[in-house]
Amino acid sequence: MRKQSTTILTLPDFSKTPTIDQVGVEERVARFQTRSIKKESKVQGLKLGLSMIDLTTLEGKDTEGKVKQLCYKAAHLHDVMQGLPTVAAVCVYPTFVKLAKKQLEGTGIKVASVATAFPSGQSTRKVKISDTHFAVDSGADEVDMVISRGEFLEGNYSYVFDEIAAVKQACGTARLKVILETGELSTLDNVRRASEIAIYAGADFIKTSTGKISPAATQPVTLVMLETIRDYYYKTGKMVGMKPAGGISTAKIALQYLVMLRETLGDKWLTNEWYRFGASSLANDILMQLQKEQDGVYQSGDYFSKD
Amino acid sequence: MATTAEKKKQNSLGLGDSKWAYAASPESTSHINLKPQYELFIDGKFVKPSSGKYFDTINPATEEKLSSIAEADEKDVDKAVKAARKAYNNVWSKMPAKERGKYIYRIARLLQERAREFSVIETLDGGKPIRESRDIDIPLAANHFFYYAGWSDKLEYAFPNRKPQSLGVAGQIIPWNFPLLMAAWKIAPALATGNTVVLKPAETTSLTALKLAELIADSGLPEGVVNIVTGAGRTGAAIVNHPDIDKIAFTGSTDVGKLIQKAIAGTGKKATLELGGKAANIIFEDAPIDQAVEGIVNGIFFNQGHVCCAGSRLFVQEGVADIVIRKLKDRLETLIVGDPLDKNTDIGAINSKQQLATINKYIEIGKKEGADFYQSKCSIPSKGYFCRPTLFLNASQSHRVVQEEIFGPVLTIQTFRTVEEVIEKANNIPYGLSAGVWTDKGSKIFNMTNKLRAGVIWANTYNKFDPTSPFGGYKESGFGREGGLHGLMPYLKF
Repeated sequence: MRKQSTTILTLPDFSKTPTIDQVGVEERVARFQTRSIKKESKVQGLKLGLSMIDLTTLEGKDTEGKVKQLCYKAAHLHDVMQGLPTVAAVCVYPTFVKLAKKQLEGTGIKVASVATAFPSGQSTRKVKISDTHFAVDSGADEVDMVISRGEFLEGNYSYVFDEIAAVKQACGTARLKVILETGELSTLDNVRRASEIAIYAGADFIKTSTGKISPAATQPVTLVMLETIRDYYYKTGKMVGMKPAGGISTAKIALQYLVMLRETLGDKWLTNEWYRFGASSLANDILMQLQKEQDGVYQSGDYFSKD
Repeated sequence: MATTAEKKKQNSLGLGDSKWAYAASPESTSHINLKPQYELFIDGKFVKPSSGKYFDTINPATEEKLSSIAEADEKDVDKAVKAARKAYNNVWSKMPAKERGKYIYRIARLLQERAREFSVIETLDGGKPIRESRDIDIPLAANHFFYYAGWSDKLEYAFPNRKPQSLGVAGQIIPWNFPLLMAAWKIAPALATGNTVVLKPAETTSLTALKLAELIADSGLPEGVVNIVTGAGRTGAAIVNHPDIDKIAFTGSTDVGKLIQKAIAGTGKKATLELGGKAANIIFEDAPIDQAVEGIVNGIFFNQGHVCCAGSRLFVQEGVADIVIRKLKDRLETLIVGDPLDKNTDIGAINSKQQLATINKYIEIGKKEGADFYQSKCSIPSKGYFCRPTLFLNASQSHRVVQEEIFGPVLTIQTFRTVEEVIEKANNIPYGLSAGVWTDKGSKIFNMTNKLRAGVIWANTYNKFDPTSPFGGYKESGFGREGGLHGLMPYLKF
């Protein structure tokens, strides 16, 4: 458990924020995509990817039954295979935190809860704080908040900053992931700026998307966020985690994200303490690939449980 | 209390060695058929050299011999020029332009079909990473043929009211850094404009040119339109001095370029020379820093720095110098140096033992001159010719490593304060081939491009090539343009 910081938080100095050239970012991303990850490095990467998943269900139709089944899946990804990790966390709405916590007891799997009027974030500060308190009081280890994109686009950076700082305080010892919803921010320069606001306001993780808006996580956006984390680390020596979420559904794409992570932030971040994938269907594709690496042939999707 | 040094160490990313290492991923060579011996390609046939002499071509990554290459002397060159003249007089100059275009299109398509084979051979013979030969050299070579094929029957539209006419026989001498691509740069516009060709590849990288000869023979191009003679300086001199050649196109060192210029003085031979360079890559404070770091890496480490337009002199504005250098050093650690055939290799083998010696000579000079030497910590293979990515920090304008072309993965870094200062320093060099400018401000880019004396200036990118874009230098970097509409002109008279 992390201790609350007592230092005074201030808005970052945007005059030091580097500009972003989208063409250049896309070129760099293309280079990560051409890395050829084979054999033992593939198996290693896939298992690492698996251990970083926040297995997620965030639907209006979520029920206790659905959450229970998802929790079981989180702890028993594919029991016929030896040596598999569990996922990092299960991510649910606040009302299911208590249940998920109970289901996952003793597994080491964390419970993450979305909060702050997820996914739109269109509510009052008071409601957002009480939403956060409810999640944390129900036992959430991690809170995934959304920023107020409307305020951000209006240029009210201090509003966004203060809100994140307030939610961080409400989190207590729970780790805070700040969702930027980059699909609504429109430019990479905005992504960079929002990342800085979140980090300086005390985010433990920055996260791309809710999964409710398209585009969700993209590699260019993720690279810009990783570079913001790197700059902050250079400056302060403090690590901040990264969570791309939404749209990462295949093992191949997940490996590309990990290559980007490895070559941008390095080994310190190659752990689920500092990197997560927010995903629902990714786990099964990784399992299928791992089984293929073991047996040499692909199996039918029906051999992998769909929860 | 942690000392500053300790604190700095804590903040280090340590990108060099990872617990998640990439497994070897070599491109297969099983589909490659190399003959033990290659002959000269003259008049549509493969013929033995008159001297009977052959030289070895080796794989610079393993130092193993790949094949023997015929050495052409004056007699062979004379035969090749005669064949080219005959083909020009009897066939090529008389052929309707649209038919000429069809042959060039055919070469382009065949090259695309055999792209994989050509990529692997280019990498085996020259040492460049397979990623580059696969993604850049070979596709770009095919694109040059496609592009100039299109101009064949449209020359009168390219130069309205000027009656463009072909010259005759072109003698073309190309370097070892982009063997097939340079052959395409030379052959494609020459054929499109109705000339015939005698081409000499560099002696360390003859194989893809000879494979191109096989491909040209397969394409049914009339005999003698393209002749390829292999050999070293003596063969090149025989081409330059041959009285029946109408035009010399040369890409290579400035020293040889000067010799050529002297040799053809007063002969009426036209010439284009694309020579050395020592380009300034300029990073302003308002640059997109992370992308600029990529541009620095791509500028100097692309093709092991064997690039005449390489961004070998880095200028960083003082306000961002620390962060740029820190990021650059971290980025260096992620560059994979090694087996050029491995798909993950970023920097392959130095082209030849001789070139490695030249690079090492300059590294020693740089150290003696007192610039701060820095190399990435990567491991390099014990066999073959390899060089770690190298920086000389705090270099100054009076250092030889700043003034002279090294043609290897060695970058000098200087800082600057004002726009005027950097323009003066960037231009203060006998070369003028290329430059790079990194800033978020459009007006600054236009100001710089007006004042930098360089043939090619990239803004917020580096080492980008396209058949439609003219390429060539100022000052001792040569004259004449290759590529684009401009690339047609040196092969035409009006």
